[in-house]
Amino acid sequence: MGNMEQFLSMGGYAGFIWPAFGIVLIVMAFLWIASMRSWRKSEQALASLRQHRRQRGDIEE
Amino acid sequence: MSIHYFANPARFTRLAGRIQPWAGGLTAVLLLIGLYMALVEAPADYQQGDTVRIMFVHVPAAWMAMFCYTFLAVASAVALIWRHPLADLAAKASAPIGASFTFLALVTGSIWGKPMWGTWWVWDARLTSVLILFFLYLGYMALWEAIEDGQKAGKAAAVLALVGAVNVPIIKFSVDWWNTLHQPASVLRMDGPAIHSSMLWPLLIMALAFKAYFVTLLLARMRMELNLRRIRAMRLAERTS
Amino acid sequence: MNIFLAIITRDLLLAVRQGGATFLALVFFLLTVTLFPLGIGPEPAILARVAPGVLWVAALLAAMLSLDRLFQADFEDGSLEQLTLSGLPISLIVLAKIITHWLTTGLPLLLAAPVLAILLNMDNEGFAALLLTMLIGTPALSLIGAIGAALTLTVRRGGVLLSLLVLPLYIPVLIFGVSGIDAAVHGLNAKPHLLLLAALTVAAIPLCPWAAAAAVKLSLE
Repeated sequence: MGNMEQFLSMGGYAGFIWPAFGIVLIVMAFLWIASMRSWRKSEQALASLRQHRRQRGDIEE
Repeated sequence: MSIHYFANPARFTRLAGRIQPWAGGLTAVLLLIGLYMALVEAPADYQQGDTVRIMFVHVPAAWMAMFCYTFLAVASAVALIWRHPLADLAAKASAPIGASFTFLALVTGSIWGKPMWGTWWVWDARLTSVLILFFLYLGYMALWEAIEDGQKAGKAAAVLALVGAVNVPIIKFSVDWWNTLHQPASVLRMDGPAIHSSMLWPLLIMALAFKAYFVTLLLARMRMELNLRRIRAMRLAERTS
Repeated sequence: MNIFLAIITRDLLLAVRQGGATFLALVFFLLTVTLFPLGIGPEPAILARVAPGVLWVAALLAAMLSLDRLFQADFEDGSLEQLTLSGLPISLIVLAKIITHWLTTGLPLLLAAPVLAILLNMDNEGFAALLLTMLIGTPALSLIGAIGAALTLTVRRGGVLLSLLVLPLYIPVLIFGVSGIDAAVHGLNAKPHLLLLAALTVAAIPLCPWAAAAAVKLSLE
């Protein structure tokens, strides 16, 4: 348990090290999620548009 | 294999679909290993104490800031000179990733500066250059957004990226020049101690993790842009027919 | 060459007849400089210390705010497109516009700068350097600014975007300009600073019109 506390305290610099790593992970995760979500959304939009066309009997693209 | 081999969007999509999951997995694995090494395994520095651990995210983020801009500039050159149809998408897709890493390099540098320099911000040559690089990214992304016609926006942004790329070394030189004239009086340099191999490994692993992250997001964002471009083309065809 | 000179004379005549723009840039320059003593206090020593930087920053902003005049009017009334049909390479048309911009903005700012330097209590040793750095540096402002102005031609209300694009590129001019004056004020050799500033301008003369021409071509397509 003491080990864990020692690790978390980071030699007294916990107030700097954890926020630094934290913001890196938060920003990276945020951009990751945003990118993946908009990519999936674009795939769905394209698929539904194609489906729509096929139903109308158009030739695709 | 010519530069136009991957110009075929369908071929690109197929290839990207195959690479993307692997790159994503690699990112997760490398990031976990890197974080473990950086936070647990690496020894505290005898001078800087545990704060040296911030280096393991700060330095790779700063590398990525430069790397992404280089990538952006090269992709822009390919788009302008060879009119490669995917190159401007690659440039556009890389900009937010580069801007994020630039932002992270600034924030972590500032957090590192507080215990090292006693202040959140000093107008150190390197921090200042990175700040200017951040503005270049913002300008590039804003130009893409501002011009409605996608083709024109791509070319204009490519011209801006190349102008910026020519200017980056000049800006760097001028800021170094300025900094030697106004040397901040106090403080420990951030260069710190010569790098020991116990620190080199976590640094390299984190750098590789960031690279894999870049590849994953680049592919996802390029596929998204490609989809949007297709949707726009289909809608346009519908309206004109 | 004739067309080149004709463009410059036409634009100069227009600028003289309409008059307002140069005047506005000068008033802006004066007003910005006036704000500094009001903001940081009237102590002569502090003002003298910051004078070179304040003058350069204000001049840079004044030059930037007048950039939209470079192509905008000609682009909107179609005369820019007409000019491109004249057979003159677009980069030379752009260069002619840049020269006019410098004559109607950079040069007046240069002439007004010593007066404002007196208001800021700048050391006498700095005046020659101030004029020299402005003479060498302000053409670079017009040259680099032309790229930004050309890129934002088709953007509605592109003013803020223009500043975001151009200001980071102005930083080297600012640094070498101010450091040249500072060196002179402190009795040091200003020559290396002036040479670097001159190198910037000389490098910008062929490169900037070329890049701006590429951007103009895009907006005309």
